[in-house]
Amino acid sequence: MKAGVVTFPGSNCDHDVYNVLSKIFSFDTDLIWHQKRHLNNYDLLVLPGGFSYGDYLRSGAIARFARIMDSVIDFALAGGLVLGICNGFQILLESNLLPGAMKVNDNLKFVCKNVSLEVNNNKTTFTNHYCENEIIEMPVAHGEGNYYIDKKGLNSLIDNNQIVLRYANQSENPNGSVENIAGISNNKGNILGLMPHPERCSEDIISPGRRDGYRLFSSIVANLKAGGEQIG
Amino acid sequence: MDWEVKIETKLKDGILDPQGKAVKTGLKSLGYENVDSVFVGKYMEIIIKDISKKEDASEMVEDMCKKLLANPVIEEYKYELNKMEG
Repeated sequence: MKAGVVTFPGSNCDHDVYNVLSKIFSFDTDLIWHQKRHLNNYDLLVLPGGFSYGDYLRSGAIARFARIMDSVIDFALAGGLVLGICNGFQILLESNLLPGAMKVNDNLKFVCKNVSLEVNNNKTTFTNHYCENEIIEMPVAHGEGNYYIDKKGLNSLIDNNQIVLRYANQSENPNGSVENIAGISNNKGNILGLMPHPERCSEDIISPGRRDGYRLFSSIVANLKAGGEQIG
Repeated sequence: MDWEVKIETKLKDGILDPQGKAVKTGLKSLGYENVDSVFVGKYMEIIIKDISKKEDASEMVEDMCKKLLANPVIEEYKYELNKMEG
């Protein structure tokens, strides 16, 4: 299994993801510098968290035009598995690989804490090791995670079961996102964007007793080992 | 011909602007009771060189706004395009 983690100037979770993929899940993992043009044959691409290009203009707006992104978009549109975490989610939105947009958090604060999430759809490549409607816990750390989509777009997300993770309730919602949305997939199910950080809760040494991020990666691995067939 | 562009972007009407809301609260607490609403946006100045027709410059600015400077999902933009003197 081969994975690529794209590093933009200002990415700061790239090594965390690299560590989880290579050390825990034995992916042959590359860190891919944003100025590269071509991708090797990967089974999984991750756009990691951080502050690409200093979040200038809007989070993810400039990273979207990094040289590597044309290849990332081609890979995603061809059905390759793409996971965007936090800033990576913002980049996927700016790239139109996922619908909607991010606004500044409602409370204007940078929120860094553990939140409870509900697994709204456990029939995706990324979440099939969770139970349906399971409540899990993951850390968030962002200032612009206030997901917005218009009514029509929201209905389409709901109809196609694309809302994958929600903050468990209004009081757990750290940013004011529409419908407590924390993570969504594309209609085809090969692209997931989420604000919480699964890579920060995948091993005991970092989050003792709380490894709810582990199963997101183990879901992907199980899917790849099963031949990459879409589950559900 | 060189052109100077002044671009403003802001959240579309009807999309709650958390920053505007906070600034409004600040203004009210300073005693400006008549303040009814505040929207916070962005302002950019761009200089474009060597384009002879205004329509071409304008088309380029539209393109820049749609592709990068504004996010059409949540933001609207307007701009002023002026020939540079001398």
